[in-house]
Amino acid sequence: MNINGAQAIIECLKKEGVSVVFGYPGGTVLTLYDELYKAEFPHILTGHEQGAIHAADGYARATGKTGVCFATSGPGVCNMVTGIATANMDSVPLVIISGQVTTSLIGRDSFQEADISGITTPITKHNYLIKDVEELPHILKEAFYIASTGRPGPVLIDIAKDVFDATLNFKYPKTVHLRGYSGRYIGQEDHVTQAVEALAAAHKPLLLAGGGVILSNTSGYLRSFVEKTQIPVITTLMGKGAVPDSYANHLGMVGMHGSYAANMAVMECDLLLAIGSRFDDRVTGDAENFAPNARIVHFDIDKVEINKIVHADISVGGDLRWSLPLLANQVQQGRTPYKKQYQEWRNHVLAMKKDHPFACRHLENQISPEVLIKKLNQRLDDDTIVVTDVGQHQMWAAQFYDTEKPRHFITSGGLGTMGYGLPAAMGAKLACPGQTVLLLSGDGSIMMNCQEFATLADNGIAVKTVVLCNSVLGMVNQWQRMFYHRRYAASLLKKGNRIPAISEAMGVPGFTATTPDTLDEAIEKFLSVPGPALLEVRIPADENVYPMVPGGKRLNEMILEGGSRT
Amino acid sequence: MRQHLALLVDNKPGVLTHVAGLISRRGINIEAINAGYTEDADITRINIIVEVKDHWELDQAVNQLAKLINVIKIVILDDKPFVSYDLALIKIRYITAKDRIELSNLAELFHAKIVDVDKQSLIFRLAGREDHIDAMLNMLQYYEILEIARTGSISLSRGKDAVKHMET
Repeated sequence: MNINGAQAIIECLKKEGVSVVFGYPGGTVLTLYDELYKAEFPHILTGHEQGAIHAADGYARATGKTGVCFATSGPGVCNMVTGIATANMDSVPLVIISGQVTTSLIGRDSFQEADISGITTPITKHNYLIKDVEELPHILKEAFYIASTGRPGPVLIDIAKDVFDATLNFKYPKTVHLRGYSGRYIGQEDHVTQAVEALAAAHKPLLLAGGGVILSNTSGYLRSFVEKTQIPVITTLMGKGAVPDSYANHLGMVGMHGSYAANMAVMECDLLLAIGSRFDDRVTGDAENFAPNARIVHFDIDKVEINKIVHADISVGGDLRWSLPLLANQVQQGRTPYKKQYQEWRNHVLAMKKDHPFACRHLENQISPEVLIKKLNQRLDDDTIVVTDVGQHQMWAAQFYDTEKPRHFITSGGLGTMGYGLPAAMGAKLACPGQTVLLLSGDGSIMMNCQEFATLADNGIAVKTVVLCNSVLGMVNQWQRMFYHRRYAASLLKKGNRIPAISEAMGVPGFTATTPDTLDEAIEKFLSVPGPALLEVRIPADENVYPMVPGGKRLNEMILEGGSRT
Repeated sequence: MRQHLALLVDNKPGVLTHVAGLISRRGINIEAINAGYTEDADITRINIIVEVKDHWELDQAVNQLAKLINVIKIVILDDKPFVSYDLALIKIRYITAKDRIELSNLAELFHAKIVDVDKQSLIFRLAGREDHIDAMLNMLQYYEILEIARTGSISLSRGKDAVKHMET
């Protein structure tokens, strides 16, 4: 059929099963938006392009489907750069479609021209610049394939303005043909067997589950493995939900703000089984002395990650969808008495967990952030998707909110993007309308994309936002308190900012809780609003996140509650 | 350590930029890089010489490059016997006819061709191993070298195996 480039894109989106696009129009994408309008394709107009891309990201993380967003050339798509880097660091499948100036104007510093494929080369899995309409169908097919297979990631397609108007005989390809990329990675089965042999020889093993388990939808296999072996479990921030937080042998999150038991277990274990984790410096602390007594087994789909930071004694390269079923199966069939063999070790680490829970201050006249998060956790069901921004509140959320299922804790881990939360929560809610979506944010982060309250209100997207409000940039403040002699450079916010007034101005009802005795009632009121709502909770400014492993230190060199050190 | 990498990549715009950009972003030193057409119209061969600290750094570089969507194949040639040649064009200024004769003799000694002669300058074309070209340049230091253009090495493995059939 003969259609124009813009219509071809809409057809591709339908073929790929895209249910909604996030975006912001402009000069070079007018034809694309015109066809979107005519086709009545679902589209969410955000307040800013950064909002659009984080929303697509939240949508993708909540569902595993590829998120799609549109932007115009130059400033439009440049506003998405932070979002692209965010998705790239956390391996989120996205397709970003941007308009470029007309082919004849490319390279002439034309109005709203920016070399976005050049700008985004280091932060995309792949990108394209399309100047010929005939390339559109196969490039779109490739883009969706590349974004969602292998280790997922963002793919950008920059399209010259005249391509949207040009006519082509449209036929969407059924398959892709890429000579340099297959997207499938089956490793060697004997490497899995080696891992099982190492487990049979171990007495103090530890399972480290990373974001790869969530991305590959393999937490079911991991759970069966964990239940059979009764191996103690820790997760990274990105792996939260891979194994239920309430699971008895789960020691919590590991790393800079990880639990005492998780960090100590890393330092003491004799076998560390890392699954889909890339050993970020926030996880390892001093990488040279990470798990110093352990043999390390590393399962990962990305060859580059193996031996990048931590040397793997046994590496199982390959898709977790291939390796974890094999692992689960081999331990099920083996005769090793895992449970008995690990008993002493399990007793030891579980005792550490019991004796050193995350620090939770109970204050008389002020609301403690830890108590707040626990309350929300108790009040909301296990299907609730928790989305966070970045900073202290993010770490408290990771420590105190029990996530029972994968894709139910959504946070910017690798890039640590403040302002991610509100638009990501919006995307998650659109993806999962039947589930409660709780955004936990801070009074620093929320301001970075607060324009999206208008998008929530305009579209009736019922995100429930809780802002932990301490009138400081909490994490910056904490570092300044600990390492910069309390010189609070540029980290004190204006006291008396009223976040509810901001959200209300855009149509989202806002509430405030300032004292412990009014908190329950405020939570109920805020949750009973049928659409989007915001609750500002005043918390003390001097609260620290504990434990804390200072940058570059070993995981057993923790600063604990009250400043004592291990 | 110095390693010769052979990459087969899609013959598409921007691929060389992706390859070179990735190498520099990951902090790996490139000593030489060049690209050219191959027996397959859809494939470009990129030859790279990298200077790496150790095998770990080499593996990182190779694995990172292999991840690029447009990189079809990457092989470290140093693992097996291979041949490697450079092409150099060298422009020399001379003053007297005697100089010109000396230079012409030098060309013969090094199996170089003189491909341009002007009243006061001439151009040598020299193909050979890198050290061969360096040796000639060493002898030419007594003259005024006006400019040099070198391709950097292109390499092929010895025997019938081609990179496209080798294991990465």
